[in-house]
Amino acid sequence: MTNKIRVSCDRKNLKTIRTFVTDTLAPVHLSEITLNQIILAVDEICANLIIHANQEDSQKFLNLTIRYDDKEMVFELSDNGKAFERANYREPNIQDNIRMGKKGGVGVALVNRIMDKVEYSVNGNTNICILHKYIP
Amino acid sequence: MKIKHTISDNTITISLDGELDASSSVMLDEELSNPSIMMFSKILVDCKNLNYISSAGLGVFISHLQRFEDAQIKLIFFNMQEKVRNVFEILGLDLLMTIVGSYEEAVTIAND
Repeated sequence: MTNKIRVSCDRKNLKTIRTFVTDTLAPVHLSEITLNQIILAVDEICANLIIHANQEDSQKFLNLTIRYDDKEMVFELSDNGKAFERANYREPNIQDNIRMGKKGGVGVALVNRIMDKVEYSVNGNTNICILHKYIP
Repeated sequence: MKIKHTISDNTITISLDGELDASSSVMLDEELSNPSIMMFSKILVDCKNLNYISSAGLGVFISHLQRFEDAQIKLIFFNMQEKVRNVFEILGLDLLMTIVGSYEEAVTIAND
């Protein structure tokens, strides 16, 4: 089963993406909590692509492909914005964030804790992020 | 996202209805940044109809928590759906914020 969507880099499209993930995964019988976690992880990556990688430029697009079998669900996201630099990523300290009144910086931590494998790559001017979630 | 207020004495109850993501959380942030909220000593957040929260929504609460604590304002969440509470738990925020089951429990803790 494979399903694709392409949306412009507008944060209002996050809702469209979440609905797409929900609809695509309907045949996979997931608990409400697991389904919500998966939707959240995809939403977090898309929000970063829209806001940080593409500066909410609605002339730019991101693509999401979902495929699954009986072993895993794979979410492939691609865009042509600024690439995420994993080497520079540091896990946030939530207590420090609270002390500093910091608004952002916890999305990637959520993705890393929810997904079983997270891969980033660059192919020419296309950035690709692949999220894997194993089906128990 | 719809945000509704109920005010009684020194308590403001904020009811969240809908989904808090990177788009809709801007509205909540404006709400909590409004200086008039500092007049209250208790902020109760009714999460009954909060169907979704992303890091942007969590970030709004994270960013205001210290300011409320410094002003001795209690921030208490109640009626939270299990899947939403789970998102707080993934980051350990359930240990750093006050989340209770019912409105009655929220009022009891607020008055402690």
